Amino acid sequence: MIAIEQVSKRYAEHVVLGPVSSEVPAGGITALVGPNGAGKSTLLSVIGRLLDPSAGSVRVMGHDVQATKSADLARIVSILRQENRLEARLTVRELVAFGRFPWSGGRLTFGDQQHIDRAIRFLHLEDLADRQLDALSGGQRQRAFVAMVLAQDTEVVLLDEPLASLDPKHAVAMMRELRAAADDLGRTIVIVLHDLNMAAAFADRILALKEGQICVEGTVDEVMQDAVLERVFDTPVRVHRIDDRPFAVFTP
Amino acid sequence: MTVRTARERRLLPALAGVTVLLVVASLLVGGYGISLSGLFTDPAQLEMFLISRVPRTLALIFAGVAMSVSGVVMQLITQNRFVEPTTAGTSQWAGLGMLLILITWPDAPVMVRMVFATAAAFVGTLVFLAILRRVRTRGPLIVPLVGIMLGAIIGGVTQFLAARADLLQSMAAWSSGGFSGIVQGFHEPLWAAALVAIVVWIMADRFTIAGLGEGIATNLGIDYRVITLLGISGVALCSGVTSVVVGFIPFLGLVVPNVMRLLLGDDLRRSLPWIAIAGVALLLACDLIGRTIVAPMEIPASVIMGAVGAVAFVAFLLRGRQRA
Repeated sequence: MIAIEQVSKRYAEHVVLGPVSSEVPAGGITALVGPNGAGKSTLLSVIGRLLDPSAGSVRVMGHDVQATKSADLARIVSILRQENRLEARLTVRELVAFGRFPWSGGRLTFGDQQHIDRAIRFLHLEDLADRQLDALSGGQRQRAFVAMVLAQDTEVVLLDEPLASLDPKHAVAMMRELRAAADDLGRTIVIVLHDLNMAAAFADRILALKEGQICVEGTVDEVMQDAVLERVFDTPVRVHRIDDRPFAVFTP
Repeated sequence: MTVRTARERRLLPALAGVTVLLVVASLLVGGYGISLSGLFTDPAQLEMFLISRVPRTLALIFAGVAMSVSGVVMQLITQNRFVEPTTAGTSQWAGLGMLLILITWPDAPVMVRMVFATAAAFVGTLVFLAILRRVRTRGPLIVPLVGIMLGAIIGGVTQFLAARADLLQSMAAWSSGGFSGIVQGFHEPLWAAALVAIVVWIMADRFTIAGLGEGIATNLGIDYRVITLLGISGVALCSGVTSVVVGFIPFLGLVVPNVMRLLLGDDLRRSLPWIAIAGVALLLACDLIGRTIVAPMEIPASVIMGAVGAVAFVAFLLRGRQRA
């Protein structure tokens, strides 16, 4: 689904990523985790063609992301970064409708409207649909932006820390919604997560980066091991099983 | 996409009505007495009307469109509400371009002057954006401050060069942007503003999306650099032409888009026609005030606009600070 080949990113002499190679399979949720500055957001941005790699290539569903026309790519892969303009004066519905732009070119058909309605329902934004974005809380706004990329109806959805600024209730709700998008809508979701246990609870696979390199990748159970996580985070970790799910505790 | 609120349904027809009244007033008010009935009975009145009033009013209409559309385009491109041609230095660069052609080729045709002013405005806006890219803290207030400082420097250079070339008087007439000198055969280049407005409206969705930031624009398959360059070209053309024909019109591109944004939001497809209409109305009102309060003398519209705009600018800044 996503083939990453020898991708690296340098700024002047400073290497922030790679070279890394990996393959993200179709379907399910893959979580990118790792310490600060490990290159998670950089890798995600390269996959989503927001950053050009210094070397290497990325193919999404067979399309080279650097060579493919951006407008065509927008129907295959969507990417949402953290820094979104907060003071935009658009209603939630208007924002979500822009997610249809790659398909509609601005003229919304009945089919586009259905996609918009579905995305709004999916993120439980019905009551907020006609509110202005600048009048929403951070979490509500975050959900509106996620609804926009879901309305974009791409096979691959890339999200950079969508849980930032969400409280536990809304963070869990967001992850449930993404889980449903993967399970019910068949999307392939790659998500940068800060919270390891959130990744363990909701993702299918974990890809851990460290100092610009892939430290370990595998299923949740493969990665959620004391020794593995200590290597990734350079700090003592104990993985406990609670309700039959792995749970990492950083020992004080 | 367009769900009109009750407020819009009431306000927008009122705005349209006021604008029509202002156009009629602009056609009739002035030093030479012209009445509606006189137009049909007195050939002298009709001639004066066609030579002076119609061109002046058309110039006001197009300049209003040019500056308000330029303003909203710049605000979307820079993602900053306080940027417009006169707070980003674009108009000052256009002035510099005009002065340079005045020095090197005094008899240059209007068309050449306009091309020079537009080119200078284009280069100047690119310089402004290049500086912005290097400024680390892009707070809402920093961006217009950078633009105002850049504009002041370019304005200073222009003044200096004008003084050396003994052209201060021509530049003074320019920098006080008035419409009193506009007669038949002089306002026509301003039609370019209408062209730019139409192109921007056709591309409205792309500009709105660009206003959401480079990341979201790229995600939606829009080439952010192309849309930025297109926007700058339109703004440069509007500023260049307005500068040559009318002069410097401060703050119009700031006040109008911000007020309309509060009413209609950021969806440019919906708001652009109303931004253009409100720009026309405000400039007509300023010109009419300037024409009447010291009659038979005139105060240039830009002076009135500067006074109104400066107050509004500070009000927006304070409001913006509370929100930020």
